[in-house]
Amino acid sequence: MPIVLSDASFSYPDGSLAVDSVTLRINDGERIAIVGQNGAGKTTTVKMMNGLLKPSSGSVTVDGLATTDQTTATTARTVGYVFQNPDDQIFGSDVQGELEYMPKYLKWDAEVTEQRVGRAAKMTGIRRFLKVNPNDLPFAIKKFVAIGAILVGDCKYVILDEPTAGLDDRGLKLLNRMMDQLEAEGVAVIAITHDMRFVVDSFTRVVAMANRKIIADGSCEEVFGNDDVLSRAKLKRPEVPQLARELGLSTTALHLNAVVALIR
Amino acid sequence: MELVSLRNVGFTYAYGDKPALNDVSLTIEPGLLYGVVGLNASGKSTLCSVVRGIIPHFHHGELTGEVKIKGRDLLEWDPAELSKSIGYVFQNPFTQISGVKDTVFEEIALGLENLGVDREEMIDRVTTVVRELGLEALIRKNPNELSGGQRQKVAFASIIAMDADFIIIDEPTSQLDPDASEAVFGIIRKLKERGKSIILVEHKIDLMAEYADRIIVMKAGRVVMEGPAREVLVSDELSQAGVPYPEVTELAFALANAGKPLRSVPITRAEARELVSARIKEAPHAHSAL
Ligand SMILES: Nc1ncnc2c1ncn2[C@@H]1O[C@H](COP(=O)(O)OP(=O)(O)OP(=O)(O)O)[C@@H](O)[C@H]1O
Ligand SMILES: [Mg+2]
Repeated sequence: MPIVLSDASFSYPDGSLAVDSVTLRINDGERIAIVGQNGAGKTTTVKMMNGLLKPSSGSVTVDGLATTDQTTATTARTVGYVFQNPDDQIFGSDVQGELEYMPKYLKWDAEVTEQRVGRAAKMTGIRRFLKVNPNDLPFAIKKFVAIGAILVGDCKYVILDEPTAGLDDRGLKLLNRMMDQLEAEGVAVIAITHDMRFVVDSFTRVVAMANRKIIADGSCEEVFGNDDVLSRAKLKRPEVPQLARELGLSTTALHLNAVVALIR
Repeated sequence: MELVSLRNVGFTYAYGDKPALNDVSLTIEPGLLYGVVGLNASGKSTLCSVVRGIIPHFHHGELTGEVKIKGRDLLEWDPAELSKSIGYVFQNPFTQISGVKDTVFEEIALGLENLGVDREEMIDRVTTVVRELGLEALIRKNPNELSGGQRQKVAFASIIAMDADFIIIDEPTSQLDPDASEAVFGIIRKLKERGKSIILVEHKIDLMAEYADRIIVMKAGRVVMEGPAREVLVSDELSQAGVPYPEVTELAFALANAGKPLRSVPITRAEARELVSARIKEAPHAHSAL
């Protein structure tokens, strides 16, 4: 069963409307990128999916149940959210403690805990930091700790809020491997990102947001083919597809190999 | 005179088991934009902290070798004086917000307040950076109630407003949308054109190719290459340090591998456009010659 937002809106306590009538459906096991302008409402939208924020109007359901009828802790067991700022999420004094926080809270037995923590640490490449204080880690690695802490749980949906921020090439490869594994396990991944090359290389469905609303929801070809959407959502094509367009070689080619083939 | 010189500099954090900087020798000339690239944890931020005097004054650990800033030994500088003459934008935008101001406007003005800039000039400078970064709609908001990217823009704005002659900027666009990232690079270029010296750490290699004069490549605490952007961004050292080539450079290498080399290797899209169109024009002849 899916996550469904129907005309969902959200206003913060200071009165600012951050998300305005958003309708979106995310199916089981799907992989989807959310892109768009700073302040467009991306983080607010995904926080509504895992119950951290409840819609001010409209509805959000997870597997048919409205988030307003459940505690955040219950929704969050199905929909894991990795914070944009790892400091909002990480409180443990060492990485291992951070990963074991949820198993302890849910009173898992030692064997399951060890297995899930080991798996999460491996998937996020943080095994050699288990004894380290997360505050002594570089931002990008701290972010992987935050991802790991969510992967320990048994979520059907995992939301990554800007996993590519400040990430190097090696981290990007790790992230891709991790998403492939989640896909193989049937876990849906929703990623917010400003890295357009990552979007075209790793996603088939893209949602673009601008000014509190979803302004496009479709394939990479559709979204990156639409100049109006790109300019309103403050997006840019990756360099090589943009080059192909400027040279009149192709308006649809999104990958380097496709462009290589077009040049004789 | 050189702005910064490092000779055989090493640094190990108090909690670290291996050096974060290892035998680094480097000269920074004034008036240029230096880009620093390398894998996460390769020593980029530590290098910034040394040049900025946060090491060894605030972060503890063992510093070896010689660091000179504007000709004076780092250890002889008064840390407060150093922090006024060098602007520093932190890597983590979430930690740079002071937490003591209620509005974005006041937050951006905070550094100027500390410098003792008079009120009129303060308002003037804040208004200018607010306009440059398109923050007009946010000036009355609480800085703790912003989106991630908005926070990063505010953190950047507060440093730019201080107008130091030498500015160190650690990943200013990590949370920014593509349009805003380019705007920030544009602002940095303008600062340079006004004679400022800049050290910029960034992963966005395509923007580095467009804007940086020189590139410093770091790997495992060492500087493995330093030179003009044009040379460094097509070098083997770059990929050996785990840093990707600019996309158009990668395209050129892929074309060469496919037996369709360009006349030279571009690092920017504008260059690639010329080279590829030249190639397309030549192609029919190449084929008829077969
Ligand atoms: N705690 C808060 N209180 C009041 N307004 C907020 C709060 N958090 C965010 N906002 C506002 O809500 C709007 C949407 O913010 P949101 O964090 O959802 O944006 P975003 O698309 O994730 O942006 P970014 O790409 O910069 O992370 C913004 O205009 C922001 O200023
Ligand atoms: Mg956000």
